Amino acid sequence: MNNTQEKLRLDSLLQQAASEAASRFGRRTFLRTTAGATGGLCIAGFVPEFLSKSAISKPADAAPATGDVFAPNAFLRISPDETVTVISNHSEMGQGVYTSIPMVVNEELEADWSKIKVEAAPVDPAYNHTIYGVQMTGGSSSTPSEWERLRKMGAMARILLVQAAAQKWNVDPATCHVGKGVVMHAGSGQKASYGSLTAAAAQLKPPTEIPLKDPKDFKVIGTPVRRLDTASKTNGTAQFGLDVKLPSMLYAVVARPPVFGGTVKSIDSAEALKIPGVRAIEKIPSGVAVVADRFWAAKQARDKLRVSWDDGANANLSTSQMLSDFSKTSASPGTVAKKTGDPQAALSKAAKTITAEYDVPYLAHAMMEPLNCVVDLRSDSCELWTGTQFQTVDRLRAAQTAGLQPEKVKINTTLLGGGFGRRANPASDFIIEAVNVAKIAKAPVKVVWTREDDLAGGWYRPMWHDRFAAGLDAEGNPVAWTHTIVGQSIMAGTLFEAYGIKDGIDSASVEGAADILYGFPSLQVDLHSPKIGVPVQWWRSVGHSHTGFSTESFFDEMAHAGGKDPYQLRRKLLAKQPRMLALLDLVAQKGNWGKPLPAGHGRGLATHFSFDTYVAQVIEASVAKDGAVRVHRVVCAVDCGRVINPDIVRAQMEGGIIFGLTAALKTEITLENGRVQQHNFYDYPMMRIYETPEIEVHIVPSQEKPTGVGEPSVPPVAPALTNAIFAATGKRVRRLPIRTSDLVASSEVKS
Amino acid sequence: MTSFSLNGKPVTVDEDPSTPLLWIIRDSLGLTGTKFGCGMALCGACTVHLEGKAIRSCVAPLSRVEGKNVTSIEGLSPDLSHPLQRAWIEIDVPQCGYCQSGQIMSAAVLLKENPKPTDNDIDEAMGGNICRCGTYPRIRRAIHRAAEMAAEKGR
Repeated sequence: MNNTQEKLRLDSLLQQAASEAASRFGRRTFLRTTAGATGGLCIAGFVPEFLSKSAISKPADAAPATGDVFAPNAFLRISPDETVTVISNHSEMGQGVYTSIPMVVNEELEADWSKIKVEAAPVDPAYNHTIYGVQMTGGSSSTPSEWERLRKMGAMARILLVQAAAQKWNVDPATCHVGKGVVMHAGSGQKASYGSLTAAAAQLKPPTEIPLKDPKDFKVIGTPVRRLDTASKTNGTAQFGLDVKLPSMLYAVVARPPVFGGTVKSIDSAEALKIPGVRAIEKIPSGVAVVADRFWAAKQARDKLRVSWDDGANANLSTSQMLSDFSKTSASPGTVAKKTGDPQAALSKAAKTITAEYDVPYLAHAMMEPLNCVVDLRSDSCELWTGTQFQTVDRLRAAQTAGLQPEKVKINTTLLGGGFGRRANPASDFIIEAVNVAKIAKAPVKVVWTREDDLAGGWYRPMWHDRFAAGLDAEGNPVAWTHTIVGQSIMAGTLFEAYGIKDGIDSASVEGAADILYGFPSLQVDLHSPKIGVPVQWWRSVGHSHTGFSTESFFDEMAHAGGKDPYQLRRKLLAKQPRMLALLDLVAQKGNWGKPLPAGHGRGLATHFSFDTYVAQVIEASVAKDGAVRVHRVVCAVDCGRVINPDIVRAQMEGGIIFGLTAALKTEITLENGRVQQHNFYDYPMMRIYETPEIEVHIVPSQEKPTGVGEPSVPPVAPALTNAIFAATGKRVRRLPIRTSDLVASSEVKS
Repeated sequence: MTSFSLNGKPVTVDEDPSTPLLWIIRDSLGLTGTKFGCGMALCGACTVHLEGKAIRSCVAPLSRVEGKNVTSIEGLSPDLSHPLQRAWIEIDVPQCGYCQSGQIMSAAVLLKENPKPTDNDIDEAMGGNICRCGTYPRIRRAIHRAAEMAAEKGR
């Protein structure tokens, strides 16, 4: 198939998946009784293919289902032994969905929490994201996607279990109640456990109406329930993709081109083949695959491999050149993403104008578990085990690569040792490559990326340049705000281009800028999207990861230029944003805004709205004479609507802040001569425990619908820190990561 | 042939003695709790105990453990009863969880040698272990909590 045909086919399959999800959601009433694959009867309705086709496989350690299993919908199985299995359509990558999703289900189901187990969903339209229409985890959207649907799934099961008990006792279901996995009839004192009711419940017609609890009656939602996955993550039993082992499985690594888009000219494998255990060394589309009995043999053989590469069109790529090119590009406005009022006229009439430019680098996700994928490719089937965030798309790509129908491809989603976006690859890079390796391995094979492969492997957060101008009136109040953004589009050239790019604007490039909350009298945000041969991808908080830094830094510059306190100016311009205003006041108070500090210390403030969630932070930091930055304290306030599990929200805020500090203080991916210059954690360093500040998180109670928590704490970190550095030193940081050389005290520079 | 003790059980493997212990434990012996993160002793995900000391198994050749005692996360306790495991569960330290075996194995040596560590002691002992999810504040709390639990048990 050529690219156009492939794209059309995938587009149509994705469209199909999206419309399927939408129609299924509306078809809940067409539920029918059918024979289930697991021994007992089950009731269809969100029933995935696997249940009707006996294709389900269970984790090796799962107890075999005995007797009548009650599977009222695709998200639940209740066994006679009382086990309640919640099938999660969202991947667990640390954000806590394997706890928050069961919590949402169990709010309505009211099973015994200690009997709840979680299983990863197979790929099926029944599990499509309610917003995105494909099966995926991302966009800080798991809870927003599922919080209503999965309460209904739990409620549906409870209604049927109660009905089964009421029939047995010959009483009105309305006179029964439930608790901890037991149906009770107050009048007669009769009780029946859910497990004892599965056979009877499985015979019943599902309800046409599924009423949900009034939120004031919530017992589970809003409580700090302990995570279900912690125990397995403290004794080594948690199974990540890298831990999967199949009988007679081989291992593979891939030598990839040193320049993006490079191709193999010739291979000298003579020395590599001498390593004991090496099975095959062959060219595949993404490079040269080395297959061996053991990972270590494959790795050693790759070290001995001599590949001559054609570097192709990107051989001269240089990020230092891009830095100056981007700045030049930003001197003229790009495609307008948002315009209110007449900012150019306002700027020309302003009493004072200021301008500034900001730069952020390419960033790698650097999940602790390097990418990997196990593939068992047969003539008529293909089964994968991997930690992915992108099941629907990955299955379609794997099917095309294997030359099979999508239905013949099965993906087993393991735990993810971090994702941060990398495991939702728009091109399914690590999936396609693994299937290609399987073709030459001719046996089940595990493809493993080393850390060096991961950091040099592309799919980075784009490098961005942001140029601003602001006009102030005679009193120092802003009258105009213009923002020109330069950076690669993430959506361009992917399957999602048609959905993600409208009128030349990739919404991910301007998010957090075009929808900035401040009430500026006039504003323009425009965009240049240069095409550069470095693969780019969503990275925790996506476009917000640059707009948070640049807008909140420039806001501070503007406040200082007008002689305003940055906190008070924010208050003024957020007057019509009550939710953010409340957070701003809270962090100012908890963060001791305006209170005295030791010499060399400063406080910085930043707010950012992303993934429908409001976050404000105050950071206290100090700068030593040698320019070394120390972050002492981060006070964070978040309004993410109704909270499912406050301790998980807290953990996500803490983790996002540390993730943001790593980006602010430490990491960048640079290229010279088309080659990535970073290799491992020695030149792509992470925050360590001894650098971690005190973090204080305040969660604002809310009755609004739940919004994202995985990403929104990242964007305000860098600007809160650089604003603190300005307060401490008078030096404005306009380029990340923060360089100590930019902050050395002037007396030190002279000497 | 190389023989050593893994989690109290004698094991013998027929592998190249220069192979890093990490891959012997994971691929040859099938215990996957010990993780691969960097291959250069930079991240600590592969931390195990060799004669009671924390080592990075990704750079320790198999030959180094001949005749010695190695403990991996699977050997820390049979039933999640180690104070660090109990504290980790009480505080819900892990997020993705991938680095946590290494974190716990580093912390276990710290607590054995220093039953009541200060924040500075924790910084020193745990500085070699990276957590990309950012669980450091909870790791610190959990180590202090485990020290308390161990002291309570000891009384």
